[in-house]
Amino acid sequence: MAQLTPRNVLVATLLVLLALLPVYCTVTGNYFLMSLFTRILILGMAAVSLNLIMGFGGMVSFGHAAYLGIGGYAVGILAKEGINSGFIQWPVAVLVSALFALGVGALSLRTRGVYFIMITLAFAQMVYYVAIGLDRYGGDDGLTIHKRSEFFNPLNLSNRTIFYYLCFALLMVTVYLVWRLVHSRFGMAIQGARSNDRRMRAIGFPTYRYKLTCFVIAGTICGLAGALLANHTSFINPSIMFWTRSGDLIVMAVLGGMGTVFGPVIGAIALLVLEEALPILIGGASQLLTGHEVQGAREYWQLILGPMLLLIVLFARGGIDGLLARPSRGVQSNG
Amino acid sequence: MLYLIEQCLNGIQLGMLLFLLAAGLTLIFGIMDLVNLAHGSLYMIGAYFAATFAAVTGSFVLGAILALLATLVVGMALEVIAIRRLYGRDHLDHVLGTFGLLLFFNELVRLIWGPGGLTLPLPSQMLTAVQVLPGVFYPLFRVVIILATLAVALLLYVLVMRTRVGMLIRAGASNREMVGALGVNIKLLYTLVFGLGAALAGFAGLMQAPILTVQIGMGENILILAFVVIIIGGIGSIRGAFVAAIIVGLIDTIGRAFLPDLVRHFVSYSAGSSLGPSLSSMMIYMLMAAVLVFRPEGLFPASSK
Amino acid sequence: MADALLTVDGLTKRFGGVVASDNVRLDVTRGELHAIIGPNGAGKTTLIGQLAGEIVPDAGRIHFGGQDITALPVHGRSLMGLARTFQITSLFPHFTALDNVALAVQAHAGHSFRLWRPARAENELQEPARAALERVGLGHRANTMLGSMSHGEHRQLELGMALASKPSMLLLDEPMAGLGPDESARMVKTLRELKRELTILLIEHDMEAVFALADRITVLVYGRTIASGTPAEIRANPDVRQAYLGEQQAVTHV
Repeated sequence: MAQLTPRNVLVATLLVLLALLPVYCTVTGNYFLMSLFTRILILGMAAVSLNLIMGFGGMVSFGHAAYLGIGGYAVGILAKEGINSGFIQWPVAVLVSALFALGVGALSLRTRGVYFIMITLAFAQMVYYVAIGLDRYGGDDGLTIHKRSEFFNPLNLSNRTIFYYLCFALLMVTVYLVWRLVHSRFGMAIQGARSNDRRMRAIGFPTYRYKLTCFVIAGTICGLAGALLANHTSFINPSIMFWTRSGDLIVMAVLGGMGTVFGPVIGAIALLVLEEALPILIGGASQLLTGHEVQGAREYWQLILGPMLLLIVLFARGGIDGLLARPSRGVQSNG
Repeated sequence: MLYLIEQCLNGIQLGMLLFLLAAGLTLIFGIMDLVNLAHGSLYMIGAYFAATFAAVTGSFVLGAILALLATLVVGMALEVIAIRRLYGRDHLDHVLGTFGLLLFFNELVRLIWGPGGLTLPLPSQMLTAVQVLPGVFYPLFRVVIILATLAVALLLYVLVMRTRVGMLIRAGASNREMVGALGVNIKLLYTLVFGLGAALAGFAGLMQAPILTVQIGMGENILILAFVVIIIGGIGSIRGAFVAAIIVGLIDTIGRAFLPDLVRHFVSYSAGSSLGPSLSSMMIYMLMAAVLVFRPEGLFPASSK
Repeated sequence: MADALLTVDGLTKRFGGVVASDNVRLDVTRGELHAIIGPNGAGKTTLIGQLAGEIVPDAGRIHFGGQDITALPVHGRSLMGLARTFQITSLFPHFTALDNVALAVQAHAGHSFRLWRPARAENELQEPARAALERVGLGHRANTMLGSMSHGEHRQLELGMALASKPSMLLLDEPMAGLGPDESARMVKTLRELKRELTILLIEHDMEAVFALADRITVLVYGRTIASGTPAEIRANPDVRQAYLGEQQAVTHV
């Protein structure tokens, strides 16, 4: 079923690399790389969940980062109150995210286009301000999480490698589940609603309920990602929910390609790797050109990211996926 | 009571700043159908220019005028180089493209002016208070902000309602293709409108600089408020932006001033100090959500300008 | 009154100062092909919008199959057996013809909260979809993307989608719009075949097609029904000729 296209080769290669990374890290002792890629896996999961509603459902949410915060704070708050069991923390994270998504979706999905973008943004900002107001849980400064979520014995999240593979597994499960979802009847309904909502209703679909369900599913997955993120950084603060962070997730999805399920993962990898690698490249280049290193090159990486984003929007709208895929005759779930 | 009046005036003053931002935003959205997330960057640039030019020339007024011109130029250049390629595209494309510009400008400012931020001191004549009502004294500069913005609002009104350019702007807002078909130089019109929006944003930035802040990322917070204003007011409607800006400014300021005490009174002291400010921020978003659900075209839909 | 499948009574709709539908009365007998004609601006689009459920009438009632559907939302009407086509082709651009029609089948095959099985592998959806495509002569184009199909094929697909939901009545909004002579003839042939099994309400400008197909015709002018009857009666009706000829005169006197 899968063809040997450049894109599929890339995906396969990435999967192998991701799977083998901890081995490399343990051998070379480079734990920074493992930490970076754990972050990539988690944000990739968040981006995949966003793309479910955005790329396939046509619902551009500028408030998706709120779920990262909600999931994270669920873990953080419970930890602070002495509840360290992952069996309690994570279901709470997921449940609260689902409820929030239900509320936000129920109201927001009555709007369209830029109004939808703004209202989802507004709701995320509301949660952001609530978090800032929570003095007991750190407020503006954030909350340190002293212990990672506890499960049963072999699953010790304090072990970097185990945590990495847990994130990897959850990402793979997410990708697989979303893939099945997108091709199911539900997925067809969602894609149809994105493609032509008016027609969908004319042929008999009550589109609102399907979009809302999709919205809740996406928020729930992202809430779980938030729980993972809080564990990864052992810290949670309101800024994770600021609207520009939602923008970052959108960038990952667009960069990788909104038309496929795995695209956002490619985008997450590309974005975060570039963020690390580009300053090194710039530093190296400047070293060659001027004879000495440019200090603080890392901070100026957004100087490149900004215009790059604009260029992608203008010329490479399909993202990395689009650049690699041949024009398909295909019956693919395309953007 | 005195405190209430002072807070009301503060609310109106904040509303004026929001109006300046919202007016530009709503014009650009109404006429070019463009969602511009980089609008806050122009606000920031106005403030930075003002701080720099004022320091160089030694005069606040001269610095302000130069900053205004500079922001206008930057705005028009931005339109020609980047923005115009986004017209006619999906709103998501606008959001992404201008988000990229937002990131770019933040870093550019950091590169040029450093991460620390700047200050723009008030001219000494402004450091007094005036009696606005019997027994009520209010800082002169804040009065200047209110009056200056009212003057701008009036000028905008005259521009949009009484000049030929304004007529084109209004026509463009209701029927883009038609105006183009009439042979009007649409490209130039769009550049001018965008420049106007940029100038308004820059003006807001430089006016608030002495009393609030000049730092990187200052656009991000207020930009969202400005969007809230135009949604409540009605996209494309300057009158709506004016009314909504005042409403939002008042709610935010009075909320911040009185909600903490209210919460302290009814809940607890600590809750009041922490939740109070959050609640007032939330209220504005809740208002916007309510408008979107019950009256999505806004309070003053764009058919009336 | 013989078995009226669709009844419209006193339907009124105003847009600001314009009365788009003025006390419209109409009934469509089961099994007939009823055409609605009228000069431009007569309110045909508004009428179809109200029948389909996209526009809420200010006054009046719509009955379908004996039930009052005036307040029924758009998707509900489709589920009751009232299918419509769009004057300006409204399909799903990034899918194949088969996918398009399969969606119409899916809408009527229970709820879509099925999150696991690939929809394209479900015979329950694919077979009726293929059958509907064959019906409109697009069987050979099942796996073609919409972008590679001609306008005429799009119009056929419009019809195919309406048929796929196994309706009892079709609301056709100018199905001939933009078709060349060959394609028009084919569409007329298809409609003539469909007449035998479905009730059809046809809104059209193409008079040849109208008079060739219609059992009864209603004439709409400025939102009002000015005449209703058999094609022969309509042809002889002086008010109708006034309405059309009057318009012609206005044009030539520019």
